[in-house]
Amino acid sequence: MNRKLGFYVLMAVLVAGLFLTASCAKKTVVSDATTIEDQAKTAADAAAEAEAARKAEQERIRQQELQEEAARKEGTVQARTRFLNQHIHFEFDSAQLTDTARALLREKADWLKANSGTGIVIEGHCDERGTTEYNLALGERRAAAAKQYLQDLGIGAYRMTTVSYGEERPLDPGQNEAAYSKNRRAQFVLK
Amino acid sequence: MTKRCVLSVMIVFLICSFPVPVRVFAAAYDTIQVSNPFLNKTPVALPAFKALTGRPAETDLGANAHQILENGLAFTGYLKQINPNAFLADPAQTGIRMSDIDFKDWTGIGAELLITGGVEEKDGQVKLELRLFDTFNTQLLKGKVYTGEPSQIRRMIHLFCAEVSHALTGKWGVFASKLAFVSTVDGNKEIFVSDFDGHNPTRITRDNSIALSPAWSSDGRSLAYVSYAGGKPDIYIRHLARDRVTVIDRDGMNITPAWMPGKDTLAAALSFSGNQEIYLLTRQGEMIKKVTSSWGINVSPQFSPDGGKLAFVSNRSGSPQVYIKDLGTGDVNRVTFQGSYNTSPAWSPDGKKLAYVGIEKNRIDIYLIQLDRGPGMPVQLTRGQGDNEDPSWSPDGNLIVFTSTREGQGPALFMMTAAGTDQRRLMKMPGRQTQPRWSGPVTNAE
Repeated sequence: MNRKLGFYVLMAVLVAGLFLTASCAKKTVVSDATTIEDQAKTAADAAAEAEAARKAEQERIRQQELQEEAARKEGTVQARTRFLNQHIHFEFDSAQLTDTARALLREKADWLKANSGTGIVIEGHCDERGTTEYNLALGERRAAAAKQYLQDLGIGAYRMTTVSYGEERPLDPGQNEAAYSKNRRAQFVLK
Repeated sequence: MTKRCVLSVMIVFLICSFPVPVRVFAAAYDTIQVSNPFLNKTPVALPAFKALTGRPAETDLGANAHQILENGLAFTGYLKQINPNAFLADPAQTGIRMSDIDFKDWTGIGAELLITGGVEEKDGQVKLELRLFDTFNTQLLKGKVYTGEPSQIRRMIHLFCAEVSHALTGKWGVFASKLAFVSTVDGNKEIFVSDFDGHNPTRITRDNSIALSPAWSSDGRSLAYVSYAGGKPDIYIRHLARDRVTVIDRDGMNITPAWMPGKDTLAAALSFSGNQEIYLLTRQGEMIKKVTSSWGINVSPQFSPDGGKLAFVSNRSGSPQVYIKDLGTGDVNRVTFQGSYNTSPAWSPDGKKLAYVGIEKNRIDIYLIQLDRGPGMPVQLTRGQGDNEDPSWSPDGNLIVFTSTREGQGPALFMMTAAGTDQRRLMKMPGRQTQPRWSGPVTNAE
């Protein structure tokens, strides 16, 4: 048993040694071959290589442009999504634009200027407190306030119409202030 | 103010919770105080109906008719039905005519009024014999016989209820009147019309959008309402029988229609000018004149019963409040001063009171002000039971129908007396019911 193990160890050492020797020898050969090839390089080869590099660079630029285009497209989609999903919010029983509302409307005006072919509907909404009929009127005033501010920022009135939904179309059916404040809004829809 | 309100509501509550003591009935019935008859209701006995020829079908029809009578008389607001367990006599066995009745059996249990009924069924036709007695004066006040198909029993009983009302108060009551209201169908608000008690609801609109604010013409033949059928709120005027529709769809919103009593003229809030103002319009939507001129919100016009004044809601003082404009002199007076949110005015048929909706401490409730006594304290009619909105008076002025969320599953239709007592759910149907409007005064039940 012990003798057999000793044999295996010996064989292993020998095989390992053989491999090491062989790789050393081969390395030398490869190194020689490279040298020979380098020496064989011509001016024409150099020109071809420069052409390849130029192509690679072109390809890199094209890829970068594609990426930028995709990012731009995504940005456009994001801007559009933001335009449609960021609502203008109001205080209870008020159609006054808050500072936050004005900032958001300036952003929307920029979007409308960048998308000059787009017409929009501004919807005015209320929370469920208060009464149906009064809220119809209040919702209209909220939509009208948003429209007037956009008009003051240079957006043509002909591109915008308003409609009030009063308390008929809440975003959040909850009966708490968090829901109510979400529901008191002016919302933007593309025509 | 609140303390006094609490006190008065408590008094009303206390009086109503105890049985009305037996009192000698001396005066004639036409002196029943309709302005506040709900504190002292008249006890009435409604024993089971007699099967006149003894057929089982007559017993069944009689039980059905008796149930309709009990439900119907609850709509007077001033009658208290005595528990049948207290009855000492059974006219279904002993007889329903004056000569069959020992009035001491009825005065002995405190009944001041007795109604007996008999049913005869023959060849699919039903004959109903109904009698109203004054028990203390042993007098027949009204006796009527009705004949018709079994399906007409409801109508016959309601005709008799109108006779009872007329015999006791000189008014025909609510029994020929109708309700219009809004109910959701698959989440969309549609207009419905029903009998005064919520029975037989019939769908009027099929717009699958949003329909709101039904308003009855004086003759009860036309409804004006708001619908988004055209993508924005416009007024539709529909002749119910002829199904003919006129649309008022000027630029902006066209909302909150109301009919001038006895006329084919409407008031409504329109915003075509850029501001929400109230205008008088013809039935065809032609402009008659502008009623309000005030920057801000002007909505929910309601004519006084004589047509001379217009109550409406405006936020000209910074918050929504109820104002009254005299259409003759042009004078405008604010009439609500408590709280910072008062809307939905509803004029009582005698023109002396205004019910409206107020928000106090985030609670929406119905209040009442007396208009003929100068500015006074409002009386709170609903309290501590959900949100309560949309008051509308019965044509006899005894009852108010309204919307309440008190049962938790969205708004439903409720009823109370004009004093705020006897609040109860009117009817059950699928969906959410809002904006009930009682049709106008009924002059003749015949």
